[in-house]
Amino acid sequence: MDILSLARFQFGMTTIFHFFFVPFSIGTGLVVAIMETMWVRTKDKTYLRMTKFWGNIFLLSFAVGVVTGIIQEFQFGMNWSDYSRFMGDIFGAPLAIEALLAFFMESTFLGLWMFTWKMVKPWLHATFMWLVTIASMLSAFWIITANAFMQHPTGYALKGGRAVMTSFPKLIANTQAWYEFGHTIAGAICMGGFLIAGMSAFKLLNKKLKEKNFFKRSLKLGLVVGLVGSIGVFVAGDLQMQALIEDQPMKFAATEGEKKDTADPAPWKVISFMDPKTHEDKFDIQIPYMLSLLSYHKPSGSIQGMDSANKNLQAKYGDENNYYPPVNTLFWSFHIMAIFGMAMLGISVLGLFFARKKSQLLFRQKWMLWIVGLFTFVPFITNTCGWLVTELGRYPWTVYGLFTIKDSVSPNVSVGSLLTSNIVYFCLFSFLAIVMVALVVKELKKGPESDDDEMINAPLSSEVEVDPFNKEAFE
Amino acid sequence: MTTLQLVWFIIIGVLFAGFFFLEGFDYGVGMSILTLAKDEDERDQVVASIGPVWDGNEVWLITAGGAMFASFPYWYSALFSGYYLVLFLILFGLIIRGVSFEFRGRTDPSKKWIWDWTLGIGSFIVPFTFGIMFISMIQGMPMDSHGNVWAGFTDYINLFSVVGGVALTLLAYLHGLNYIGLKTEWPLRDRVKKYAEVLYPVLYVGLVAFAVLMYFKTDFFQNHFVGTLSLLAVIVLLTVIAHIAVIKNNEGIAFTTSGLTLVSLVALLFQGLFPRLMISSNNSKFDLLITNASSSPYTLKVMTIVVCTFLPIVLLYIGWTYYIFRKRVTGKKSKVKTSNN
Repeated sequence: MDILSLARFQFGMTTIFHFFFVPFSIGTGLVVAIMETMWVRTKDKTYLRMTKFWGNIFLLSFAVGVVTGIIQEFQFGMNWSDYSRFMGDIFGAPLAIEALLAFFMESTFLGLWMFTWKMVKPWLHATFMWLVTIASMLSAFWIITANAFMQHPTGYALKGGRAVMTSFPKLIANTQAWYEFGHTIAGAICMGGFLIAGMSAFKLLNKKLKEKNFFKRSLKLGLVVGLVGSIGVFVAGDLQMQALIEDQPMKFAATEGEKKDTADPAPWKVISFMDPKTHEDKFDIQIPYMLSLLSYHKPSGSIQGMDSANKNLQAKYGDENNYYPPVNTLFWSFHIMAIFGMAMLGISVLGLFFARKKSQLLFRQKWMLWIVGLFTFVPFITNTCGWLVTELGRYPWTVYGLFTIKDSVSPNVSVGSLLTSNIVYFCLFSFLAIVMVALVVKELKKGPESDDDEMINAPLSSEVEVDPFNKEAFE
Repeated sequence: MTTLQLVWFIIIGVLFAGFFFLEGFDYGVGMSILTLAKDEDERDQVVASIGPVWDGNEVWLITAGGAMFASFPYWYSALFSGYYLVLFLILFGLIIRGVSFEFRGRTDPSKKWIWDWTLGIGSFIVPFTFGIMFISMIQGMPMDSHGNVWAGFTDYINLFSVVGGVALTLLAYLHGLNYIGLKTEWPLRDRVKKYAEVLYPVLYVGLVAFAVLMYFKTDFFQNHFVGTLSLLAVIVLLTVIAHIAVIKNNEGIAFTTSGLTLVSLVALLFQGLFPRLMISSNNSKFDLLITNASSSPYTLKVMTIVVCTFLPIVLLYIGWTYYIFRKRVTGKKSKVKTSNN
């Protein structure tokens, strides 16, 4: 075991685990904000109860998201100190801005939202939730700006062996950042919708359920949000793919499993098994014309294969290296993401169609509810696969074309230290995941609070009103 | 040294000071759940006293880390990789503590104790380990010319760093007690006083040991005699004021001064380091300096504009939050007592 592979494993583990909860809380946070707004506008109690019930589940994911997020910020310095030295000028800025602009706002207004149910007017209370949601999206924007530079560097110069920022506007205007941001946020919205729709579907499977109306409404709202998210993912994903063909042809060729330049028009491989060493295709199923259509939106045009991409990269960056990423992982991550992405779009359309007032078929057919229920888990898979493609497809670069992964690692952190942190993180994350799932299931089983007026999240109320700024309070 | 480099050295100091002032009492409150609170109702009150604000307070640390990365990437890299296991322990503490707030409210009452313990232990680990880190840092660490720290066990853990860890933990604990005194009612409020009255004398001993060790183990007195001595005097003075305020039941003063003690401690460390960021114990040529560890002038300029624009807004809504939650937290017993009055 060497420090590089241990550091890479740890980065992958901590980031994937963290990113289970990020889209979870952005997505469910948005749905909760919508629910609370509906409550303010319609004065329909069910919406208030929905806000609180799903709000509790949102809070659980937020808690785990926050604590695993701190690791992310620290580990650049801890595990990737040479990377931080090379990139600090550019990478640190969005990270600091993220904390200042987004994290303060997120945590402060969440604190207000949790503890002011009885203290402020409903519209103001709903505003708190919107501010939390906006802040979480802002935070995504800044961290993705940092990530986008690693994929597609803009607004920089190389000076004294490090990348130096020359234009902050160019850093933000990076097209890669906007596509990635759109894709990630749409993915998070999709996740929020499907989590709530899916969990509602599981509840509705219970024939004796008393709160049928509550969960039917949640399910429908979830599907609407899921539909909006799926369409967003589709559009953003398409734009991102166009950019990829230009910027990172190797990544694109690997996700499509093309060793040689394709025929014109290019067929699309639905499945493919490749030899990880030679990248030779051993078995595949193809749909003719499809890859040309996907790539260029017309039934013609060929795609550069990995071998040509490698030659071009060698001409540009030196031929002592090969530039092939892990092809099977990329191919399968991309295809699973794309296929499940389409499936989510389909399920949300069909689900809404069968849940409409006239039909209600969705609520009478158990197998339909089961499908929606199982889609609770799908966004976790698609989001993870998406990031695997983005990050592993960068191989062997940390910063595309500028800095390699093996140059990035901290030279002075020992194998023993890394092994310790890897093992402890693994155990800790497993523990947190089990607790998290158990608590969400518990909340689901318990169901929403009954109709009475008592506010579930009310703070410990005080009967004596003491103003700490008043001197007499301290005699 | 450019003006912006100096400004950013001070901003980093201010962010850490803000972190220890605000999150400092959260750690004290967290430790109190195992030490001060006697039953479930009291533990709930202790947690409720920081419920709405602890997460925002923690953001000061995240901002400090991010700002350090942005303004002094070489410092960030040297410190964070050089203190790998130390920071790992801090992260561990932050994680088990951070999840406790939400989890303990959602678990069965029979299992609530798990999250009380993770909250208490996590809240202890973080200040103690930060104390170890900062105090070993100011003593100097073996470094190479690239700023990589190659240190052994005793570079991290030695008499002075352990005293520093204990002192910081004690300061955070007392700061937390003062906060609870300010934010709760009988019986917690009264018990806080008893605890603090016992602990302040212990803190005096700790501070004297700290000052003596600082004289022998660092070059602070040689390089910055006036600054070091006066800030140590300020720390002692603030501690005495806090102690008297506790005795006289002036909870507002006690809380403010215990917070300012932590701020002064950060100021002491930063002025002693100046103009260095990390001290190399093997060769002073390898010291990391404000002048050679910073980002480019352009990045510093951008970051300065961002901070000057947004920090005031942030402070405004944080202040508003504390105003909204200015009332004391009460429990079942205190209600009975108050109605009997």
